[in-house]
Amino acid sequence: MIDKRFTLAEALRDIADGATVMIGGFGAVGQPDFLVNALADQGATDLTVIANNAGWNRETGIPKLLDLGRVRKIVCSFPKNSPAFDDLFRVGKIELEIVPQGTLAERIRAAGAGVPGFYTATGVGTQMAEGKETRMFGGKEYLLEEALHADVALIEAWRGDRWGNLSYRGSGRNFNPVMAMAATCTIAQVHEIVELGEIAPDAVVTPGIFVNRIVAIPAEAKA
Amino acid sequence: MIPAGVTPLDRPQMAARLARDIPEGWFVNLGVGVPTQVADHIPADREVIIHSENGILGMGPAPAPDAVDPWLVNAGKKAVTLLKGAALFHHADSFAMIRGGHIDLCVLGAFEVAANGDLANWTTSSNDKTPAVGGAMDLAVGAKRIWILMEHVTRDGKPRLVEHCSYPLTAPGAVTRVYTNLAVLDVTPSGFAVVEMVPGLTLDALQALTAAPLVMASS
Repeated sequence: MIDKRFTLAEALRDIADGATVMIGGFGAVGQPDFLVNALADQGATDLTVIANNAGWNRETGIPKLLDLGRVRKIVCSFPKNSPAFDDLFRVGKIELEIVPQGTLAERIRAAGAGVPGFYTATGVGTQMAEGKETRMFGGKEYLLEEALHADVALIEAWRGDRWGNLSYRGSGRNFNPVMAMAATCTIAQVHEIVELGEIAPDAVVTPGIFVNRIVAIPAEAKA
Repeated sequence: MIPAGVTPLDRPQMAARLARDIPEGWFVNLGVGVPTQVADHIPADREVIIHSENGILGMGPAPAPDAVDPWLVNAGKKAVTLLKGAALFHHADSFAMIRGGHIDLCVLGAFEVAANGDLANWTTSSNDKTPAVGGAMDLAVGAKRIWILMEHVTRDGKPRLVEHCSYPLTAPGAVTRVYTNLAVLDVTPSGFAVVEMVPGLTLDALQALTAAPLVMASS
């Protein structure tokens, strides 16, 4: 029987020092803080984090990893409003790769889709173009951007089943479905684990092929 | 200095002025800040579909405080609602809509706009304390039109409409129209063309607040 349901500790046990970790979410919605907090407890360090933001409140999620000194580098589009990030960045204790938001999403999607790179007009004529190969198509200039893989993706969905099929709620999809495709091991926290078939086939947003482990958020951990 | 007797538009009036020019049926992305207010001024009898880059088409107004869905936020991370007919999707699809030229209009704020349409709105220095670009660069190259909504000059009275941007660019040649608290201007091959000014303002007075040559629009 295929069963991707894991306990929290088992789900995160083999995340190694030096791993590249994608973390989903946009604003407070779709952030897998239950998993990220557990990763802080698990202790893996020297991490490269790929996320849209660098988090907000200090006590939870990405800022918790940052404050514990576990993150060597962050790849993101909008690291503002994160005091934990600011403190490290100001003293040169974290590396930052800033990526336009759509380019970040597409680099992740490309990795999941087996596309090693793509051309985009985003960033042409700006400092984002420095050091990047360019090419003309139809008289217009484009930048070559490369696919962005990860060892692990930590994502959040609303419902999941034991095959790893996922559905989402509200604006909670954001980066989660593409990150699920782009990592060697994708771990999803879900609000509810349901029986096979309870997520109707035409309501599955992330098919289980992209998901390795699912963990139910216990009632006491829900905000 | 804004001449005596001339009343600049306040921010809701600026947003309302721009909203008047959005035709029915357009897909519109509104940047964080004053551009977000444009949604409040679209006439109720006109169907305009608002896109939010975190995966919403058909975004509605802010909810009543007791009706907030914590699972639904806009690009500024504020609680929003969905209109009937709304659709939800992930970030790669959302930016395919943007990069793929499916969004009719994007309204952004700016630090500076140059006479050739160059846009600077993401960082004020190459040594910014915390550089952050978000979706600005993708929107600036992807949307069919970029309209800028901003005050005509900075708080210190420095022109924001300039010959060349002094801040790092978001995108070259991106802006097609600018709505300020004093005027509406088109970006044309020959520079800024003034479409409209607030009552009592002269072209000379507007020119004195603008660091690039102005002409009156022909029509």
